[in-house]
This record gives sequence, structure tokens and C-alpha cells, in this order.
Amino acid sequence: MINNRDSQGMSVIVKTITRLTIGLILLYGVYILLHGHITPGGGFAGGVIIALSFIHIMLAFGKNVALEKLNQTWSKIFESTGALLFITIAFLGFFGGVFFNNFLDKGEHFELFSAGTILLSNIAIFLKVGAGLFLLFVALVLFKIGGRK
Amino acid sequence: MLELYIVLILMIIGAIIAVETKSILSSIVALGKVGLGLTIAFLILKAPDLAIVQLVVEILTLIILIRATLGRDVKYTKENQNWGVKFLSIILIIIFLIFSYNVLQSLPEFGNPILKVADYYIENGMKETGAANLVTSVILDFRAFDTLGEATVLFTAILGALAVLRKNGIKDKDTKENKGVQGD
Amino acid sequence: MIYFLCFILFSIGLYSILTKRNLIKIIIGISIVDYAINLFFILVGYRMNGRSPILEKGEEIERIVDPLPQAVVLTSIVIGLAVTALLVAIAIRIYEKYGTFDINEIKELKG
Repeated sequence: MINNRDSQGMSVIVKTITRLTIGLILLYGVYILLHGHITPGGGFAGGVIIALSFIHIMLAFGKNVALEKLNQTWSKIFESTGALLFITIAFLGFFGGVFFNNFLDKGEHFELFSAGTILLSNIAIFLKVGAGLFLLFVALVLFKIGGRK
Repeated sequence: MLELYIVLILMIIGAIIAVETKSILSSIVALGKVGLGLTIAFLILKAPDLAIVQLVVEILTLIILIRATLGRDVKYTKENQNWGVKFLSIILIIIFLIFSYNVLQSLPEFGNPILKVADYYIENGMKETGAANLVTSVILDFRAFDTLGEATVLFTAILGALAVLRKNGIKDKDTKENKGVQGD
Repeated sequence: MIYFLCFILFSIGLYSILTKRNLIKIIIGISIVDYAINLFFILVGYRMNGRSPILEKGEEIERIVDPLPQAVVLTSIVIGLAVTALLVAIAIRIYEKYGTFDINEIKELKG
């Protein structure tokens, strides 16, 4: 687990509380993401919440710990995967006749595995939004404060 | 609908504070207050999806804006000396508000929308997509082209930010210029 | 009347964009304009005493708030965040080059 004796980051209190709450935030994000078609939420909200949980690690423990969990190369790969998955689902709609057709079985209403391609699209949007926002924040943090004075 | 008026007036007060305060850090905090007021307004207007997204996005905006100002020398903004610009903008805004007041008279009354497009989604959304959340069924099934365009815009914005903040090319150019100056 | 309050919020953001000289204040103005437009869309789609557009088991479909503006605004909020981050990135780059956030000083330095 994360060592809280590091010199980087905030104080010991913040680090301890972060270690306790980070799993809950991640779990809540996954819940919001997977139940997007039956309760409020969806790919956008889940993606931003999960990106925020990694940003939380970065604010409390410093940038090295967070980049060990998810580095820039992997987040770039995740973002591209999300975009490709979304456009692939769109093109697979041609099996049903038109672009973005919901070609899978609709299943039973109010169940988790229902609503055809909507769950898959939510996961694609989640990968895109979450990885993209984390990448943006990493780029803003890694940029050195310099300039003429 | 009294609570909606109260929330909106609080948002307007927060926006005025955010615009007119001299300390940049407190104006960013006041912007956060406006965003949280918007979250409550979304909850009152029966839009729980938007309330969740707006709450999280507001926190992230606050973190990004504070990252931009912390560690910089300039903590306080200087007073704008140019009164002509201020006067002209206030006149422009008053004209805009008068025209918009006249235009808003022709909108339907608040609480009675006359949009007929949504009736189809409400009646057939459950049958055709199988999703109980009608907002999700609209953004990912009926109008997925919108979401595709949104994904493109997001991708472009992230690409632009990464290109603006990149390190390699700009530093090389600077060192080359410095070398040229020293060589001369 | 409630639409007009929303327009006042919009014009406060517009005033900030037009008159302020600090780049961060301009970004704050753009954010306020963004909020006002999102709120206006949702206000147009509201139905008095309606219920949220999420169906439940065994309930009649009746008096549901318009889901279309909500779906449009949901994407617009995330785009607003990305645009704010892009503007902040440009502002940080300008600060690194000129050492200030003030647009008048930047103009003088350049000329």
C-alpha cells in the first residue's frame, strides 16, 4: 500500500484520511458508471469521479505516487481505447442497418445487463473522459513554474 | 418556486463578488460558490444527472484554477484605469438586457414547455432502448451523434492543452537562439 | 422573470470578459457565461410540478420534465471543463513567457 512516511505531499493526517477514503470514491465512481442506464449517472459522471480520485492521490501524496499507479503512457492508451471503442460500437450498428443502431438484445427492463449497447457506450465514454481529464491535470502539474521575473 | 429565486439571487451575488474582488484567490472561491448554487438549482429543476456532473466538474475546475494562480507573483489585480471601456461596456450590457427583456416576453411561460420533440422520447424511450434513465437513452441512443461530436471536441481540447504545455520543442528552440546570441 | 435573472447572470460574465485586464478574471467570466447558458437550457425544459426523467418499476409515465435539454447540457458541462483547462494552459504559458497575467502589460512588452 502507499507509504505515508514520504517527504512529498501533505501532512500525515491528510495522507491517512486519503488512504481510507480513496477506495470508497473509486467504488462510487464504478457504481455510478455501471448503473448509468437505470439510475442517475453514466459515463460522464463516472469518468470525472474516477479521474478525481487519482487527482486526490496526486494532491495528497505528491506526483510520483500517483504516476506509479497510472502513468502518462497508460492514460494516453486508455483515452485512445475509449475513442476507438465508441466509434467501433457506432460502426457495429450497421449490423442492424444504421449508424449507432442499438443492435444487441435489450434484455429485461430495470436489470443491470440490459439496454443493449448503452452499457458498452458508457464504458467507452468513461475511458475517454476519465483518462483525458487525468492527462490534462498531469500536464498542468508537470509544467514547471518558471518564467522571467 | 421561491427557492429557485433565492438560489438564483445568491448566484448573482456570488458572481458579482467573483468579478469585483481584487484578490484572485477569493474570486476563484466565489466562482466555486456560483457553481455549487448551480448544482442546487439543477436539483430543484429535477435534473439529478446534471447535478452529479456539475458538482464534480466544479471541484475539478476549482483545483485547476487554483493550480494556475498558486506560486505566481501576482496575487492582486490592479484597478482598471480606463473608464471609457467600462462605460461603453455598461451601455452595451444595458441595451442587451432591454432587448432580451422584450424578447423573453414571447417565450412560453415558465413551467409550461411547448417543445413537442421530447414526447416521442418519453413515450417510446423505454420500449426502444431498454434504459430506464431517459437522459442516458437520449445521449447514447437517439442522439448519439451529439455525443460523438462531444468526444471529438474533448479530444481536440486535450490535444491542444498538451500541445501548449509541451516541453521538448520549445526548449530546444530557446537554447538554439541563446547559442546564436552568444556566438554573435 | 426567472429567465431575466438568468440573463443578468450572463451579463455579469460578459462585463467581466469585456472590462477586466487580468487573464484569470477573463477565464472566470467565461465560466460564468457557461453556467448561465446551461441554466437557461434547463429552465426552458422545466415542467411545473414535474418529476425527473428516470423511470421506476410500476409507475405511470406522467408529467416528466423534458429530457432533451438535460441531455444536451450534460455534454456541454464536460466540454466547459475541457475548455477552461485549455484556457488555463494558455494562460500559464503566457505567464511563463512574459511574467505577468495583465494583458495591457503584455501588449506594452510586445510593442
